[in-house]
Amino acid sequence: MSAATKAIEAGQIWTFPGGIHPPERKELSNQTPIAPLALAQEYYLPLKQHSGAPGELLVQVGDQVKAGQALTQVGANNGLPVHAPTSGTITAIGPGIIAHPSGLADTVITITADGNDEHIALEPLADYTQISRADLLERIKNAGIAGLGGAGFPTAQKLALQRPLDYLIINGVECEPYISADDRLMREHAQTIIDGTEILLHIAGCEKALIAIEANKPEAIAAFEALLDKHPQLALRVVPVKYPSGGEKQLIQLLTGRQVPSRGLPIDVGLVMQNVGTAFAVAQAVLQGKPLIERVVTVTGENVEKPGNYWVRLGTPVAYLLEQCGFKPEPDQRVIMGGPMMGFTLAELAVPVVKITNCILVPSSQELAPAQDEMACIRCGACADVCPAQLLPQQLQWLAKAKDYDGLDQQNLFDCIECGACAYVCPSEIPLVHYYRKAKAEIRNIAREKAKAEVARERFEARQERLEREKQERLERHRKAAEARKKAQAEAVAQGGDNPQDAVQAAIARAKARKAAQAAAAQQENKEGDDA
Amino acid sequence: MTFKIAASPHAHQRRTTQQVMRWVYLALIPGVLVQTYFFGFGVYVQLALALLTAWVAEGLAMRLRGRPVAHAWQDHTAIVTAVLLAISIPALAPWWIIVMGTAFAIIVVKHVYGGVGQNLFNPAMAGYVLLLISFPVQMTSWPIPNELAQLQVSISDTVSLIFSGFTQAGYNVEQLRMGADGITMATPLDSLRNDLNHQLTLSEALSKPIFDDLAGIGWAWVNIAFLLGGLVLIKQKIISWHIPGGMLVGLLVPAAIYWLFNPDQAITPMLHALSGATMLGAFFIATDPVTAATSNKGRWVFGLLIGFLVFVIRTWGGYPDAVAFAVLLANMTVPVIDKYTQPIAYGHGGRS
Repeated sequence: MSAATKAIEAGQIWTFPGGIHPPERKELSNQTPIAPLALAQEYYLPLKQHSGAPGELLVQVGDQVKAGQALTQVGANNGLPVHAPTSGTITAIGPGIIAHPSGLADTVITITADGNDEHIALEPLADYTQISRADLLERIKNAGIAGLGGAGFPTAQKLALQRPLDYLIINGVECEPYISADDRLMREHAQTIIDGTEILLHIAGCEKALIAIEANKPEAIAAFEALLDKHPQLALRVVPVKYPSGGEKQLIQLLTGRQVPSRGLPIDVGLVMQNVGTAFAVAQAVLQGKPLIERVVTVTGENVEKPGNYWVRLGTPVAYLLEQCGFKPEPDQRVIMGGPMMGFTLAELAVPVVKITNCILVPSSQELAPAQDEMACIRCGACADVCPAQLLPQQLQWLAKAKDYDGLDQQNLFDCIECGACAYVCPSEIPLVHYYRKAKAEIRNIAREKAKAEVARERFEARQERLEREKQERLERHRKAAEARKKAQAEAVAQGGDNPQDAVQAAIARAKARKAAQAAAAQQENKEGDDA
Repeated sequence: MTFKIAASPHAHQRRTTQQVMRWVYLALIPGVLVQTYFFGFGVYVQLALALLTAWVAEGLAMRLRGRPVAHAWQDHTAIVTAVLLAISIPALAPWWIIVMGTAFAIIVVKHVYGGVGQNLFNPAMAGYVLLLISFPVQMTSWPIPNELAQLQVSISDTVSLIFSGFTQAGYNVEQLRMGADGITMATPLDSLRNDLNHQLTLSEALSKPIFDDLAGIGWAWVNIAFLLGGLVLIKQKIISWHIPGGMLVGLLVPAAIYWLFNPDQAITPMLHALSGATMLGAFFIATDPVTAATSNKGRWVFGLLIGFLVFVIRTWGGYPDAVAFAVLLANMTVPVIDKYTQPIAYGHGGRS
């Protein structure tokens, strides 16, 4: 065993550069158990709630569905299914608002609930070790499970990468302020999370899992400590409170001292990471056959009367969720999906809760003051000091403003994890992350345009080549035909036949004679006129 | 109902540029008080003149550039420039010295280069160097510490001196600078430089009354007061320790080595540390974020370079003190330092 592995086994916690300590404000929502939410009347289910293509549609308008029934099925390009959150009728399938910062529409299935909440029959599995790994993956895929931590990467896809693994890391850090969904889930369902972790280990063919929890969640830590004695494959790691210690790359650095290579994946360094919520969902899917139709959502902020954590069916409109929690909007209210550091604001509340929605934050303007005017950068370097990716945020900002895309690439813009630490500390209140996102989008667009232009160029060149070839062929054909004609003529003359050239000459002579005769006649007439 | 759209992060640490700048000039207060105690009230007149000039110059420059004037006043960077320049020049220098220096610092050094955040050179130090080169007599006529002075200068005398060049009783600055022996008293560094250049040994040079204290009467305490203010800035995380640390190491280590080999002919490390503008320079001037290197490693290199240049100029150069020159020279190297001290980004082969 190498020294590095020994240190990991011994429970060493490394550190990562930068990071910040914003007010945590978790006590606002983590005091009460996760509560059920009354059923809504309508649910909006975007076909695509994960990173990958949407699944293939299985239903049509007018169909009656039951809770847990698949509305789409596994499709190409990581297509994951979505399931009906409750029983009811499909009343529309078409464009609708989705939970995305762009506010753009995507295909959404609308279900009008019948209020009976009838579920499909589940197929529990007594012993998952008895069925094949491929079948287990299929089960997870069919349950529609994508990473519940935020990125929404299909879980089965992550597990299917057949590469040697040192550790499975279960991420219960939840470093983003305000959010306590994972905290409450860990306190209340530690055993299910452990079951899920063991299933994940089994599927990944991995020996050991590290469960990481931030030090500010003593109850969750205690819940796991009480159970882990019976699970030698699992080890608990308590990480110090610092944002963004729950970021995938940062947590890997904290627990193993390793760094995921730029543009690489954790599996490149022998690791795979899953969120605690995902582990919970995997346990439910494999052991009980339950598809992913609900998740824990933190509803918090000073502008809701009943902040806390709720079991929310996927597809529940944010408006309904907030209404149930006693939403008291103020003028210029911001409704944030996600946390205060990385969440995005919603313009409209018809947006549904989806697989990756962990928090709805409705802050008052006292607790999270709106952004001030951007001032000039004073190069103080506070941003560079807090950047966990060791980038130079102020340099990136100058380059992004100058649209110097090559410079941005040299400064590793794409290694930015958009954690927002730089913008958090900036004394000039420069919305740094906003500039980076914009630059990234522009660079991606340019790359896309370039690829498109490349295809167009190739097509154009192929066409030009074809036209040229056709022209040459045509000329060649004409040339050959003319030659053949001449040859045939020459042969005809040689054999004593009429030379067509003679007929032409004769015709010309006839025409000349006629013209001469006409001219003579005209002269004669003129003369007679004069005489008269 | 539609809701407000904003870019993440939505949380923000409320420490604005204005607050950062306010900390900087508040941390200067101990130094200014000690300076007043030893060198009289002139520094307040200089401060008032500098602030007024900075205010007008900033407004004028912003108006000429077609930018919002109030915006520039708000960030308080001009205040810091004005304060630093006012406390760097001799307290009894004529009024037009500080007015010219401040106006040059704000209009030319700062705004001609594009305003706050864009200037290559530290405005206060560029203003200082302009004055030092153009008006060497006025700029080196430091009043002598009160306890050595033959004549005490009242507030009204101070104002009169700065605006007319004479006290109400008709003395000029030169006369006021005479010690008991009738010889004009230089600052400790100036005096040492002259004496060492005239082949005196260190102990002979140090026998002058101005060295009756730790490292020159008054000057040592002024430096200690700036050091305290600087430590507050580090504690408050307004500045990082890398630049002051680097500058002191860069100055004192070569100074100590040189002194060990030339005990009779070198300025002692203690004198280097506690005279001239050492502490003011290390904690308040070199740390100007706009003109300094940005990574911690870069800051350390930047500080070392300034310290070493101060040592070189003080030892072999033509001027008694060197902080302003050293800072400006180091300012020029910042892009290069930044380029070669860039941290290795996550996932690019760096070690954890």
